[in-house]
Amino acid sequence: MDIVYVVSVVVVLVGMLAVLKRVISGPTLLDRLLGVNVIGTKTIVLLALIGFLADRPGFFLDIALAYALINFIATIAVLRHFEARFRGRASAVTEEEPS
Amino acid sequence: MIDFGNPVHLIAFVVMAIGLFFDIVGCLGLVRLPDVYNRLQAGTKCVTLGTFLILLGVLIRFGFDAMGVKALLCLWFIAMTSPTAAHAIARAAHKAGFPLWKGSVVDRYAGSKEDPKGVAS
Repeated sequence: MDIVYVVSVVVVLVGMLAVLKRVISGPTLLDRLLGVNVIGTKTIVLLALIGFLADRPGFFLDIALAYALINFIATIAVLRHFEARFRGRASAVTEEEPS
Repeated sequence: MIDFGNPVHLIAFVVMAIGLFFDIVGCLGLVRLPDVYNRLQAGTKCVTLGTFLILLGVLIRFGFDAMGVKALLCLWFIAMTSPTAAHAIARAAHKAGFPLWKGSVVDRYAGSKEDPKGVAS
């Protein structure tokens, strides 16, 4: 257990919590999608750091690689759906105007 | 595990610390900025660079063995896909007609031939 990596993991987790606040409250669907994408990217960092903590970085980097693939494909798939359904109808997915 | 007397470990640690700084700044921007286009800029540039630097730190720490090459592959994939996803989100937002923040000064995409409807800001 190395204090440097523990501190790094805590920093990444605090950042993820901050982004989760945006995912929950974000006024538009695209804000939420962006937040989910950023959380996925940070999960890769988290997995790399947890690999150091568990002393098996190779194993966790495999999972991180698979997670990166899934994250990208999920974002693109949701965007395809969004573009097809809501073209030119921003008001249909906006709960409040960004100020 | 981390050995500050070893220069390779020290360089890897400094690179990872810079990456963590960029990550946390990106999260702060994602929470604080006013509209989806501004948030895209904070949420993808900073977080991509932060992730890139942390994985680069892993690569420096291990060199080109099995783990280092996995980190390099992961790093390359992040550098390719994260900007692509950000571009797709921005394009979808503009096509759906989300307005720009009132302090934004220029929107070159509106009215260009790529823009299907010429949605003004």
